[in-house]
Amino acid sequence: MNIIGISSYYHDAAAALIADGNVIAAAQEERFSRIKSDSSFPIHSIDYCLKEAGLKLTDIDAFVFYEKPFLKFERLIETYFYLAPSGFISFVKSIPSWLKEKLFLKNEIKKHLKAYDSNCNWTKTKILFSSHHLSHAASAFFVSNFNNSAILTIDGVGEWATSSIALGQDNKITTLLEMRFPNSVGLLYSSFTYFLGFEVNNGEYKVMGLAPFAEDEDEQVIGFKRIITSNIVKIFEDGSIELNPFYFKYASSLKMIHEKRFELLLGIKKRRTNDAILKVHYCLAKALQLVLEDILIKMAIKAKQITGSNNLCLAGGVALNCVANGKLLESNEFDNIYVQPAAGDAGGALGAALSAHHMYYHIPRKYNASFDLMLGCKLGPSFALLTIENALKRCNLSYKKLSENELIQKTNDLLINGNIIGWYQGRMEFGPRALGSRSIIANPLMPNTLSDLNIKVKKREGFRPFAPIMLKEEFERLFGQKHDSIYMLFVHKILPKYRIKVPLYDDDIYRTVNLARSVLPAITHVDYSSRIQTVTESTNKLMYQLLVEFKKRTGFGVLVNTSFNIKDEPIVCTPEDAINCFLNTNIDALIIENYLIIK
Amino acid sequence: MDFIKDFFDFLKSQKKWWLIPVMLALIVLGLLLIFAESSAVSTFLYPIF
Repeated sequence: MNIIGISSYYHDAAAALIADGNVIAAAQEERFSRIKSDSSFPIHSIDYCLKEAGLKLTDIDAFVFYEKPFLKFERLIETYFYLAPSGFISFVKSIPSWLKEKLFLKNEIKKHLKAYDSNCNWTKTKILFSSHHLSHAASAFFVSNFNNSAILTIDGVGEWATSSIALGQDNKITTLLEMRFPNSVGLLYSSFTYFLGFEVNNGEYKVMGLAPFAEDEDEQVIGFKRIITSNIVKIFEDGSIELNPFYFKYASSLKMIHEKRFELLLGIKKRRTNDAILKVHYCLAKALQLVLEDILIKMAIKAKQITGSNNLCLAGGVALNCVANGKLLESNEFDNIYVQPAAGDAGGALGAALSAHHMYYHIPRKYNASFDLMLGCKLGPSFALLTIENALKRCNLSYKKLSENELIQKTNDLLINGNIIGWYQGRMEFGPRALGSRSIIANPLMPNTLSDLNIKVKKREGFRPFAPIMLKEEFERLFGQKHDSIYMLFVHKILPKYRIKVPLYDDDIYRTVNLARSVLPAITHVDYSSRIQTVTESTNKLMYQLLVEFKKRTGFGVLVNTSFNIKDEPIVCTPEDAINCFLNTNIDALIIENYLIIK
Repeated sequence: MDFIKDFFDFLKSQKKWWLIPVMLALIVLGLLLIFAESSAVSTFLYPIF
């Protein structure tokens, strides 16, 4: 049984292939088209999935779209009717794309696939539709190793649902509670993302990175939190919320909020994209983050109450809020928490395929001894050595081919001398994180690594932190944590004995962020926190060896790991993408498989 | 035909029969908009939209 899941037309299009219940391949369309968050039909991703498995289109039993367009259309129509006459402009703008394309999705999918391979046989191959939050739930539960779990999905909006609590048992997911549009945790967070001058759907993690500049107890934070919870959002004991429609516009317009009403209430101007980041901005980000954590933990407790399970699966865009995930884990409400690494809509493609496999075709699940069925998230393409060598020759680059041992030694020499390295190994990651396949790595012990990476290499906002990749035993030694964090989805604080006490400078976050706060300055954010990825020999052998050697030389089995791209570009996919990124930035050395190129 | 059958099934399962006139109106409106994009009739439609 071969099934391909598809997500597209909104943001972050992707395709995922499962064969007999095993996850074989998955990739986001942006990696091939090189358009950030590309939402177009993922024909390149489908092509890659088929080639990876050595299948033809005619070998596929079903294509499953990750949400139900009719239900979504019904929500749009009902919302516009309810809010009429306001929303008329938004209605006129959105309806043509529905009447041309989105409403006739089955035909659209057939049309795209027919253009790809005219031998498609629609009597054999089915086109199915999963619901948005079921796709999210399935993407987490069916790849986890739990046979029984509470499942919590939280995002902006799917069809009607914006959050759901479900019970997963073997090959069945039963939705128990839903929160519906327009009350949405994701849209609440996105609204403040917009107010703080960042891009909706792309800037939420910047708000998360901004929040730690303020202390929980800061008077401004407390004040903002009080204003938010008493005027903008009402939080109930079960974690459900009610947003005050007086402040929001997203239901009836293409804008998120009533800017003037937000400004009057909060007493500050909306931040424009290039405005300086002041204390009020990071205090507001912190207040919002605290509100989100409060909601998430309440929802999780409710999920535990109604499912009776000590396991929790998390998915949906909000599940990428690693700070909230870390707090939830530290609350010890659950024995085990599994977060789908591609928790956003791209992961919905995988969930759609899995939900059809287990719940439409009723095929029992497979469990294995490894952490999950995600293959360490390495579900994207890899390239043969010959292809890489040809790409290097085409670009007239001089390179050295190294043995595995030479590679480890030479890379460590470069890291210890403060070089920034493009690290390209094996299959590309699926989801938003670079996990050691398409990464930029650097020495975390050097204080200038953070500013060098932010400004010279990534060309992004200087306040943003970098994440560490570390040996699992270092996670316990430095952070006091025993769980696995192989997908970089939990934030924890470094133990007090490794911290260096330094001040916070109000209204000068760039001065603040560049002060060394621990023995590992490049990966310790201003509140001593880090978004950690752990590595064992079985999850990533080469990276494990690299970290072991780095520990032998420096005493720390930790490196900086950030995605191999620059601001506003997708992570590199092919060797050519990696070479281009290397040549156009201040990356000092590039390692593609075992080829070393030094600038 | 597939679409009509699927949409009818959807209305039946969701008991949303009131969507039928809305859909018909939208289809007429949509056809007009699409037609207006590429035809001489757009000049005459302009006063309406």
